[in-house]
Amino acid sequence: MSSIDLKDVFFVECEDLLVAMDEGLRELEAGSTDPETVNAVFRAVHSIKGGAGAFALADLVNFAHKFETVLDDVRASRIETNPTLFGAFLVAGDHLADLVAAARDGVQTDPSASEKAIAALNMAGGQDDAPADSVEISAPVFAPLALDLDLPLPVTGPEGRNFRIALKPKDSAINAGHDAALLLQQLAELGTLSTTIDASALPDATAFDPNKSYLGWTADLLTEHSLAEIEEVFDFAKDDCELDISEIEAPVPDLPPLPDLVEPQDTAENVIAEVSELAPQPVKAEAAKSKSGSTAAPRQTIRVDIERVDRLVDVVGELVIHQAMLSEAIEQSGLRIEAEVERGLDQLRQLSRQIQESVMSIRAQPVKPLFDRMHRIVREASAAANKTARLITEGEMTEVDKTIIERLADPLTHMIRNAVDHGLEKMEKRLESGKSEEGVVTLSAAHRSGRVLITLSDDGGGIDRDRVKQVAISKGLIPASADLTPSEIDNLLFLPGFSTASEVSNLSGRGVGMDVVKSEIAGLGGRVSIASVRGEGTTLTISLPLTLAVLDGMVVEVSGQLLVLPVSSIIETLRPEAEAKHSIGTGDTVLDVRGTFVPLIDVGTRLGFREVTASDCGSIVVLVERDDDDCLALMVDGIRDQRQVVIKGLEGNYGHIPGIAAATVLGDGSVALILDPSDLANPSSSQRSALQPVAAE
Amino acid sequence: MRNPNDTADPDTQELVVFKTADQDFCLDILSVREIRGWTRPASLPHAPSYVQGVINLRGSVVPIIDLASRLGLPPIAANDRNVIIVTTIGTQIAGLLIEAVTDILSIPASEIQPTPDVASDTARTFIRGVIAKEKRLIRQIDITQLLPKAGGAAA
Repeated sequence: MSSIDLKDVFFVECEDLLVAMDEGLRELEAGSTDPETVNAVFRAVHSIKGGAGAFALADLVNFAHKFETVLDDVRASRIETNPTLFGAFLVAGDHLADLVAAARDGVQTDPSASEKAIAALNMAGGQDDAPADSVEISAPVFAPLALDLDLPLPVTGPEGRNFRIALKPKDSAINAGHDAALLLQQLAELGTLSTTIDASALPDATAFDPNKSYLGWTADLLTEHSLAEIEEVFDFAKDDCELDISEIEAPVPDLPPLPDLVEPQDTAENVIAEVSELAPQPVKAEAAKSKSGSTAAPRQTIRVDIERVDRLVDVVGELVIHQAMLSEAIEQSGLRIEAEVERGLDQLRQLSRQIQESVMSIRAQPVKPLFDRMHRIVREASAAANKTARLITEGEMTEVDKTIIERLADPLTHMIRNAVDHGLEKMEKRLESGKSEEGVVTLSAAHRSGRVLITLSDDGGGIDRDRVKQVAISKGLIPASADLTPSEIDNLLFLPGFSTASEVSNLSGRGVGMDVVKSEIAGLGGRVSIASVRGEGTTLTISLPLTLAVLDGMVVEVSGQLLVLPVSSIIETLRPEAEAKHSIGTGDTVLDVRGTFVPLIDVGTRLGFREVTASDCGSIVVLVERDDDDCLALMVDGIRDQRQVVIKGLEGNYGHIPGIAAATVLGDGSVALILDPSDLANPSSSQRSALQPVAAE
Repeated sequence: MRNPNDTADPDTQELVVFKTADQDFCLDILSVREIRGWTRPASLPHAPSYVQGVINLRGSVVPIIDLASRLGLPPIAANDRNVIIVTTIGTQIAGLLIEAVTDILSIPASEIQPTPDVASDTARTFIRGVIAKEKRLIRQIDITQLLPKAGGAAA
């Protein structure tokens, strides 16, 4: 592995560490009292520093070191925690992320930003501007006997457990560049460490081979950290050394001095009271606890190039299709089927389904990392707009395809900036209207009828429809005489060239409008809708397909074509009486379903497969659910089958078709289109290029 | 199929020559991914008339364009012996439905003449150049123009 590769690995790890750090910082800010939280943040920053040191990234090391020092002080209760400090932590965390990004891209950073963040840290920590102590980043010399273990030892008293760690690096450790001194040094930071060296294997100078490892250490560590945390020190090195960590029933002289622990808790509780009345503290504490509990058994993960997974997904999709084709072919061949053949086919079907499900689950990822990134956006946006805002996230564990998560980041960022910048009112105005000073932006994700719904709502002033209409008229987007419904006015925001901000602010108004957001979402096969209540806030809903996932579909026949309806959206199928159909308006039909009238759509005519609805082609009606909870009755000619289908995008080779979500390949190798019931209900799906009904006058 | 002597000259183009609507056309062989028999495509709603639908090409969904109809000629007659030329257009893959592939030619670039100044818009849009070969006129297709712009871009 070349050093370039190692560097890439480092930056990938940095991303995970930054996420962990950010999470910890937010927990602290929200009033977490678990000492493990500070430790987690400290560890993350420390690991970044360590890695950066190995690649001689001086800026990063220096800043991480100072950040770490303050964190260490907090950890050891040397400085009092207060909300300002947590704020400074968040800023420092953001800056650290910037430095990592800059180091990755090889860009120079503005040193004054580092200084500012440090100054804020020191101020909030109640310390003077400490003189910048530079950090040793030169590669450590292999000198195990001259080990100085009295480095920054955050010893918090003789408490905790005793571990005996026997470390014997293998020869491969030298090739891999591991340094026992560094490992022991890291151990020393976890508690009180005493080491003895076993140099018995060391040959005399003539027989010495620098590529061989001769030394071994036995270290006794008195620490309050868990076994898992000690093991974490050896995370990278454990393959290259013989390691034995055991807890010894060592004399624990005194019980842990409790007051030390309780004190910071007290102050943190005050913070809770200040920061949020909403968050019930016990829940938080429990959540934190369960989190630290899960770190005890770190899950094994591997990193894989996404392209490899994609290739696997494609091949497995083919496998499933061919398995279906094989079964169909054998069935139709009219051969006498041996029991063994049948069993084999059955096994094959089950196995291919299992493979498919496992492969799909590789690509599906929780939206949590994406949502976590948005905290920073809200922080920065509110600071720039001189507002205070808080982001609440819900349904973070909702799993969405990785590609969608990645491509969602930009539109979501923009929407959040908009929500803070335009959505939330100025502080004074909020107080005037009886709201709390702090604006709340809520971001949530959920699965709904085979799609993923991402909702972004703010508790701001809602859309000023008069003003929106005025702006649209003055920009020539709509004629002055246009008579628009409230929802039509709201949708004006998505028109290209629309921007209500009279002054172009630093945040939004960068020439990227909501129209770009809309087209980006549409590129993912999704939709954005907007709803707003004056004085109460605005809600934007993004509805996304679970592409690349498999879909349980109902295969229906319309005008001789086979189409697939997502089973998840189907409520029921029925064969209605002719009297249940009623015409309404010109050309629209509603269906009486047990007293409720539901719009009835003939799929064949809506998709242009036939001109007129055949009088009564024994049609079957499928009742489906739309994103907005409304029902829709779809008329089809027949129901053929219910099966699992692999979703194949149409966008790549052709383009988006109104009313169609994607395509799939059926058992006989032919293509069938997958219907998108919600989009089918859109009047615009009956004719192309009618996406902006308002502007086209 | 490929003669080493031909590739030695960088100015030589290898062209796939085919027939549809009683006219000869050709495509640069490098833009041809494969040639395959006809399969019934699934219709696409709201598609232009020359888009016959989509087929399954080893897991990819590929649109099928009736070349004759795209060029404003009478649409191809349904026939099991029709052929689909699968081409790469930029990042997209599309199948051209034609009657038959007749030849593979190596032609020096100098033999390709610019499209004569004819009135027809479709000719000027879709024909990049012409080649005279044994009293036949072979029209070189500009495949970048073939896919429907509106259908592809409107989202």
